[in-house]
Amino acid sequence: MKVSEYIKAKDLNEAYELLREDRKNYIIAGGAWLKLSVKSANKLVSLDALGLDKIVVLGDSIEIGALCTLGQIETNELIKQLYDGILVQAVSSIMGVNIRNIATIGGCVMGKFSFSDIFPVLEVMDTTLVFHKQGEVSLMDFLNNPKFEKDILVKIKIKNNLGKGFFKKVAITALDFSVINIACSKTDGLFSLSVGSTPYIASPCYKAMDYINCLSDINLESIKECANKVVEEIKFSSNNRASKEYREELAKVYISRGIKQVSNYEN
Amino acid sequence: MKVVNNLTHSVDGLGILKGRAAYTDDLADKNSLIVKVLRSPHAYAKIVKIDSEEALKLPGIEMVLTHKDFSRVPFTRAGQGYPEPSPHDKFVLDEYVRYVGDEVLAVVGSDLAVCEEALALIKVEYELLEPVLDFEKAIDHKSIIHPEPEAHEMFPIGFEPLRNIAASYHMHVGDVEKTLSECDVVIEETFFTQAQAHVMLEPHTVNARMDYQERLVIYNSTQTPYHMRRIISQGLNIPLSKIRVIKPRVGGGFGGKQGIHGEMLVAYVTYKTGKAAKMVYTRKEVFESSYTRHPMKMKVTLGADKSGVLKAIDFHCLSDTGAYGEHALTVFMVVGSKVLPLYNKVDSVRFYGDVVYTNHTPAGAYRGYGAIQGNFALESAVDMLCVKLGMNPIEFRQLNMMKETETSPIFEIMGEGTAGTAMIMETCKLEECVEKGMKLIDWNDKYPSKDMGNKIKSVGMAIAMQGSGIPYIDMGSATIKLNDDGFYNLLVGATDIGQGSDTVLAQIAAEVLMTTMDKIVIYSSDTDLTPFDCGAYASSTTYVSGNAVFKAANDMLEAILVEARRILKSKEVEFDGVLFTNELGETISLIDLSNEITYSEDQKQLSVTSSYVGHKSPPPFMAGFIEIDIDKETGEVDIVNYVSVVDCGTTINPKLAEGQVDGGIVQGLGMAMFENVQYSKKGALISNSLMTYKIPTRVDINNLTTVFVDSYEESGPFGAKSVGEIGIDTPPAALANAVYNALGIRIKTLPITAEKILLAIKAKERN
Amino acid sequence: MKIKMTVNNQVKIFECEPSDYLLDTLRNNNYVSVRRGCDTTNCGVCTVLMDGKPVPSCSVLTVQAEGKQITTVEGIQEEAEKIGNYFGEEGADQCGYCNPSLALTVYAMKKELVNPTIKEVKKYLVGNLCRCTGYISQERAIMKYLGDKS
Ligand SMILES: Cc1cc2nc3c(=O)[nH]c(=O)nc-3n(C[C@H](O)[C@H](O)[C@H](O)COP(=O)(O)OP(=O)(O)OC[C@H]3O[C@@H](n4cnc5c(N)ncnc54)[C@H](O)[C@@H]3O)c2cc1C
Ligand code: FES
Ligand code: FES
Repeated sequence: MKVSEYIKAKDLNEAYELLREDRKNYIIAGGAWLKLSVKSANKLVSLDALGLDKIVVLGDSIEIGALCTLGQIETNELIKQLYDGILVQAVSSIMGVNIRNIATIGGCVMGKFSFSDIFPVLEVMDTTLVFHKQGEVSLMDFLNNPKFEKDILVKIKIKNNLGKGFFKKVAITALDFSVINIACSKTDGLFSLSVGSTPYIASPCYKAMDYINCLSDINLESIKECANKVVEEIKFSSNNRASKEYREELAKVYISRGIKQVSNYEN
Repeated sequence: MKVVNNLTHSVDGLGILKGRAAYTDDLADKNSLIVKVLRSPHAYAKIVKIDSEEALKLPGIEMVLTHKDFSRVPFTRAGQGYPEPSPHDKFVLDEYVRYVGDEVLAVVGSDLAVCEEALALIKVEYELLEPVLDFEKAIDHKSIIHPEPEAHEMFPIGFEPLRNIAASYHMHVGDVEKTLSECDVVIEETFFTQAQAHVMLEPHTVNARMDYQERLVIYNSTQTPYHMRRIISQGLNIPLSKIRVIKPRVGGGFGGKQGIHGEMLVAYVTYKTGKAAKMVYTRKEVFESSYTRHPMKMKVTLGADKSGVLKAIDFHCLSDTGAYGEHALTVFMVVGSKVLPLYNKVDSVRFYGDVVYTNHTPAGAYRGYGAIQGNFALESAVDMLCVKLGMNPIEFRQLNMMKETETSPIFEIMGEGTAGTAMIMETCKLEECVEKGMKLIDWNDKYPSKDMGNKIKSVGMAIAMQGSGIPYIDMGSATIKLNDDGFYNLLVGATDIGQGSDTVLAQIAAEVLMTTMDKIVIYSSDTDLTPFDCGAYASSTTYVSGNAVFKAANDMLEAILVEARRILKSKEVEFDGVLFTNELGETISLIDLSNEITYSEDQKQLSVTSSYVGHKSPPPFMAGFIEIDIDKETGEVDIVNYVSVVDCGTTINPKLAEGQVDGGIVQGLGMAMFENVQYSKKGALISNSLMTYKIPTRVDINNLTTVFVDSYEESGPFGAKSVGEIGIDTPPAALANAVYNALGIRIKTLPITAEKILLAIKAKERN
Repeated sequence: MKIKMTVNNQVKIFECEPSDYLLDTLRNNNYVSVRRGCDTTNCGVCTVLMDGKPVPSCSVLTVQAEGKQITTVEGIQEEAEKIGNYFGEEGADQCGYCNPSLALTVYAMKKELVNPTIKEVKKYLVGNLCRCTGYISQERAIMKYLGDKS
């Protein structure tokens, strides 16, 4: 990456102004993805001096500063408890400790990676994002709307709910991107399901959730039906890592296993 | 034995781990000019025009080199002995580019940034030609990849460039068709293997400078410093005496650093400008623009009688050498010569086929060197035959495989590029390998498979053989000199590329000289200082170079005894490594002796040099057993354990030998399961980074159990054979066989991915 | 521009460009134990410790390391010697290209994890690729080092 200037912002306003100033100015967090994705940058704006690297509990939420590294998140005791630790599982499935010590959750979110292992998990929890200018928005708002791209992510809020969770990343080796990733949760009797790396960015499985959350009781038959609905609803395609057909099979199997796990279902 | 076959730390591991400067680029001149290659974006094209005017104006740009700067001397980059069995079909730079990643031109500048800027300013016009991307359609394709009249073979290798054939070969024993027609059970199956990448962690790199005698000094991450010197001399027309090649520590080679990479360009720049220059490949260049394993299509026909006696093997092979013909014929021949003798009791055998040019990244030497491809095909086919015979695959092998004191006619017929050498198996402990491996993997309990709910556990196996150097061709040599204070220098041309040969060769010398490792200071390799060695390939170092060291050490022993007899004035002197004693009980220590002959009386430098050429190539053998758990619903495979039982003769250094096998197994598993090679429709390599080409990580490998059987090869140093390549051969077939044993699904195209398994399960369910 | 950081407990001021990565800055200043293995942050060969934590120096801009404590294997020679001796015992050193960075990561792991299982060790070190050893001998050596309380 060719860089003309590196600036440590003194406050969020300055960072925001610098970001808006030029199309080729970027916020730099860990910089791991920037290195691979940006050929040449005008100004790189660092948020290092702004104290955005804290994980705190405020009210009924856990707040994760945008500059928290993946390493910080995976070793945090609170997050290890959250939904059986699915965020920790997802984070620790990403590459090795060395990258996780620089890659930040903010970079993961703002990158909107189609292969992201974070989004399926964030989607099955009650997650909101806090931006400098546009304030608190729902995760799905962010995903469906490009207008946040030139804002600064300050923190991520996750409701500290008691719930069960399941996360699965299928990858060719332990250092690869997902072939597919799946998250399930169950809170207050309601299932939440998400599939990512399809190879598109993770998406909640609304129809499947509607179906299964309307049932009074689940059985093998209904779990299978739910898994089929996921495949009907979500768009799967082929790429270098896997074919559409294989992804669909994996989605069915792991959605079923996820539902079973979060509902303690035994046949 | 005190040093050999005992736990000995490697001589270099600690210093390297502690971070000492050791590798080629650590030693580059800090002011080196950077040589950067513009690489072809097209699979096949003719360069019509190069406009580098703007680039040359950039401050810091020294020159732009194009094909016009080099005389049209074709050579081969294979890095083999002379005359090479590979076609001379490469120019330093050419007006044709023959694969995506081929060299178009080179810019030379003061730093990388300016070189990259220059590359962006250079305009090249191409005339696009139709590429040959499917190796099954290469022969007599309307595009000819090497139409140039200069390309030639050094001796007959079946080179037919106008038909896109780089080499071809045919051999037979008996009448295969007749034997097959008389067999009770016959199978015919076709297998495919991919263009595996070496992925040594140190990228290819070379740097050069002129010394104060106006000689060209090249630091090179290479497996073959002597061949390198010769090829550079021939290619650039620089007298051999003006070139010095130094091989520092090499960060892995696996065959990939046998061949030439940036050496010609860097050497040319330094020789021409007098300035230091260097080139370090990017990882993308390593993938796209070095070498791969030869992808192959293999059709195997096996015939047996009802009782399970294998009668005939018919083996047709089509090999893809890519854009240039490095190792085309020799890798092809090893598919047969180091695989088919495993089943030596057949009445007839045929092995034949072609090696074709395509517009893909060239293939070259890679650990296993044809044997891994052939092993996958034959050892898969054997299990398939067993299914048809209704016979246990282990019993079949026990009945049909090579045994000690036996031979195979193939040894005499097939060498590497030429005829071979007849030999009897003085050591072949395959039976013991199989038996021991069965126990270690608990075969009888686990074969063929065990249902465990979502998962199914299964085992699979394969046997393999390799060689120990190339008889009558590979030469190794060693110089030993005695220093004052009684320690020795051991100078070898043998190339340590991480396989531990410096340690193993020092151990051999220490054992003969009855001394400890700290008294042997080994140095490899420097064409000015160390004696000739063909280099690190063909599993030759321990056996060939080891024998040279063994001879040299014995010569040194004789030389110091002569001095001791003179000093002690006695005909009968005994030596225990430290002290010389005559029949009167008078003594002198080696330290005193060495000091005396260095400083005091009748001063001289004791120094000996010995060479060794093999007269046979005793094969190491092994049996490999894999245990896997397969998820029946997803096809995902866990490798639970891989048991290797190896007969490599004496293990000079048991831990390093184990490391050679372990490392080979995991590379073999990479080829078997993970390492998927993908090309775009236009012939560009898609899997051209570690992000897209996945090698096994430590999480993917749960356990390896590697053991050696007792074996002593008379012709080897202290009974040793080779162990560098044998480990890589069995994993593909063992895995394929285990998958079959679990699910009744036969995968014949590598790699065996979870996706292929699951889709095969689904297809089977539908039927 | 001038960037100040501490390398192996020595304060250093490096002249560099905003585009420079820590890997190149260190190598250009003769910390040659830090080496490159890839262009895509996949191999781990370039790993150094930044404020005690393993990071890929190929992906950290030199300016991002301003004011930080950088440790290369030259800065942990005593521990590296111990690790290296266990590697020697297990025959775990082959080409050695992966070893300085692996030693640093192992050193950091020993401080971070208490009595880890082999599974945890594998997971911690997964970002350190090795093409030579097949990993198992390395891990035998590493387990011994973790058990060494001297
Ligand atoms: C080799 C490699 C493999 C990977 N594999 C995976 C994987 O398997 N699964 C997975 O989920 N992820 C993977 N990742 C992504 C990784 O987890 C990080 O998400 C990525 O490195 C981004 O984090 P960063 O802090 O380095 O962001 P940077 O590279 O600094 O930034 C990424 C983008 O986000 C912007 N940005 C960062 N922070 C903010 C902010 N606070 N406000 C506004 N914009 C911001 C930047 O401008 C930039 O556009 C991988 C990354 C690499 C390098
Ligand atoms: S060089 Fe490969 S991860 Fe840094
Ligand atoms: S020892 Fe060669 S890469 Fe690890």
